[in-house]
Amino acid sequence: MARYTVRRIIQAIPILIFISFISFFIIRLTPGDPVKVFITPQMTHEQIERTRANLGLDKPIYVQYFYWIKNILRGDLGYSFINYQPVSKEISERFLPTIGLMGISLLISIILSILLGIASAIHKDKFIDNLISKICYIGISIPSFWFAMILIYIFSMKLKLLPSIGMRTIGVYSILDLMKHGIMPSIVLSYPNTAILTRYIRARLIDEMKESYVKTAKSKGISQRQIFYSHILRNSLLPMITILGMNLPSLVSGAFITETIFGWPGMGKLGVSSIFNFDYPVIMAITMMSSIMLVLGNLISDICYSLVDPRISL
Amino acid sequence: MNKRIFDNFKLYLERNKINYLYIGIIILLIIVSVLANFSPYDPNEINITNKLLRPNSRHIFGTDDLGRDYFTRALYGGRVSLTVGFLSMIISITIGTLVGAISGYFGGMVDSIVMRIIDILMSIPSFFIILIINAHFKPGIISVILIIGLFGWMGVARVVRSETLSIKEREYVLSSKLLGASHFWVIFKHIIPNLMSTVIVSSTINVATSILMESSLSFLGLGVVEPYSSWGSMLRNAQEYIEEAPYLAIFPGLLILLTVLSFNIIGDILRESLAPNNTD
Repeated sequence: MARYTVRRIIQAIPILIFISFISFFIIRLTPGDPVKVFITPQMTHEQIERTRANLGLDKPIYVQYFYWIKNILRGDLGYSFINYQPVSKEISERFLPTIGLMGISLLISIILSILLGIASAIHKDKFIDNLISKICYIGISIPSFWFAMILIYIFSMKLKLLPSIGMRTIGVYSILDLMKHGIMPSIVLSYPNTAILTRYIRARLIDEMKESYVKTAKSKGISQRQIFYSHILRNSLLPMITILGMNLPSLVSGAFITETIFGWPGMGKLGVSSIFNFDYPVIMAITMMSSIMLVLGNLISDICYSLVDPRISL
Repeated sequence: MNKRIFDNFKLYLERNKINYLYIGIIILLIIVSVLANFSPYDPNEINITNKLLRPNSRHIFGTDDLGRDYFTRALYGGRVSLTVGFLSMIISITIGTLVGAISGYFGGMVDSIVMRIIDILMSIPSFFIILIINAHFKPGIISVILIIGLFGWMGVARVVRSETLSIKEREYVLSSKLLGASHFWVIFKHIIPNLMSTVIVSSTINVATSILMESSLSFLGLGVVEPYSSWGSMLRNAQEYIEEAPYLAIFPGLLILLTVLSFNIIGDILRESLAPNNTD
């Protein structure tokens, strides 16, 4: 177990280096000049070149990459081009809001999808199942930014129940206030995932009900209820862990849009604004953070899977 | 074989008549966006005196902040959204099918290297990378199509590969090889034609995801930009006026939802009717 984990982490390192290499070159090779952000009409050519040199952008790209890697290994993520703050400080301030939002959304998705999946499977092809299936189709088809706009229109503008922007009211530090701000972003972020998971759980449950061990249990006189909850459900929920790992990318990309619309002070919002500002060090840091999250997420889901399923030994 | 698929597809449609509705929606949207030129209004004609009119008998979707007929703009926007959806689907399906078929057919080293690369590409936060590329290139319809297409093939390749693994063991492939057919011939004459059903299902779902992706990019201002508009960029504009003119946000959003929903549902019906064990 421990050996497996260590091996997987070691395997993840070349993957992350490769990702950093690809992203670095994509970011630097696309047209667009961050120096433009600093140029004022009064600046002379020398001043512009000096700014470029100060930002480390005058050297060839591969040299810049090696500098970047060298600094990363020393724990130095560089400085933001825009406000000259250390990138590590910017990221660490934004980390908790994003992880919090994602965690809550994931939790909502898991709980809701299990409940909806069970309801669907038990009432297969009946009204409830059809209704849940429609809700799920909408969940995978709705543009999340539009869903967010509609929620803001109804709950913030018309009913004036919920704040439409930010994470807390300035000067207020209560859990209630935080929750009020978090409700809409977490609904928007969790809806598509809930839909995917529900469809998956329903299909698994229905397949599992056809298994021969269910017949055996029935013939032994065990009640339907007991078979369902102690055998079928257990076996069906295990593979959900893998699906959760596979769906992490959609959670990460969802966070970019959701945080931007709701002004949630997390990494997603920082990422989108850094793109508009050509803030290379921040863009790279966000890319790497999201990649690490994806790689780690898959690793954790694989480990969890082996923990709950004794048939799999690592 | 194709007849069986078609009959099954019809059977599934018949079973739940409402499914015809989704096919109808897509056909209707394609027709009206092709015929958008016949609208009496110019989508770009600015008429400030008519600005932000509510939906009425002359402007059924109302008018936008510059007094342009919103229905006409939605038709033209649909043209852009659907074009982006279809063309980027063609790019990702072509790459995905080729890569998947080659990887599955050759197996061994080729397969493990290709699959490893796909794993890596899938752990890149692609949405963010697409945002970055789009921000730096001159945004426009062509670059949006290319970028969405080039980042959407990995899933297709995986499905096609696993399908190829079973096709390549069939007798007709083996006998073709025995007769001395080249790898190229076997892949293009035997493997890919037999992958068609899988590819059709993936294409349908892929159009849906491409349209969604385009709308998100355009909403963030990094996709389709003026003078063109898509449903996504219309929503970007509508955001400013949501309080006074919510219909500006409602119509394009509903159109995206309906289109994507229809493609997803049809994709699922196709998948079910293509599954061998579902002839009941």
